[in-house]
Amino acid sequence: MNFQLTSQPIETLIDSLHPHTGGIVTFEGRVRDINEDREVSSLEYVAYPELALHEGHAIIDQALKQFDILKAYAIHRTGHLEIGDIAVWIMSAAIHRQEAFEATEYIINTIKARVPIWKKEHYRDGKTVWVRCDRCAHHHDHNHVVKEKSHGTG
Amino acid sequence: MMTIHITYFAALRDATGQTEETLRTEVKTANALFHELTTKYHWPFSEADIQVAINDRYQPVEAALKEGDRVVFIPPVAGG
Repeated sequence: MNFQLTSQPIETLIDSLHPHTGGIVTFEGRVRDINEDREVSSLEYVAYPELALHEGHAIIDQALKQFDILKAYAIHRTGHLEIGDIAVWIMSAAIHRQEAFEATEYIINTIKARVPIWKKEHYRDGKTVWVRCDRCAHHHDHNHVVKEKSHGTG
Repeated sequence: MMTIHITYFAALRDATGQTEETLRTEVKTANALFHELTTKYHWPFSEADIQVAINDRYQPVEAALKEGDRVVFIPPVAGG
């Protein structure tokens, strides 16, 4: 849907913000139906919750220190997701937009590099593969793993 | 000998065929334990691919182990 009507103030649909907030940048990572020329039918996300929450909080704390932002927030899905579902949602709020853009990019890049979350791609041909991240130094061709370009986050 | 609790996720869970195990080992470090288990289960990763968590915090792969530690070998992550 490209356009939605609501009778509610839009401000009530998002979280309360500091009155200095002038720019909010949100990022959504969606499940798409193709990766590395293979047709994807769904994704399965698995997390190591104790460490993922610790690292996720640390990333948000670091973003709040490193960038001149007022607030930052991130949500990541686990479980089985269908094409088009939101896998990750991130928001940064700042006085001016530039810092919000930079903080949001920092948060998604760091989540992808550091937070212990894995995804298994389910393909239309019935096969499944655990995806490897961009930052991996060594690429091993193997039945169980493939190197990822950017699946799930545009 | 010491007792170590290990939890497996994602590709290592598939390769190992179980979600967790408790074992007695004579190795002293996380990477030595990784090599011991790689020999046992034929994991499709090298030490350079893997990160290590001990008691739910990232630690260097060569970190020393102690009695009762909870260890997770973390295959390449792919969130987002």
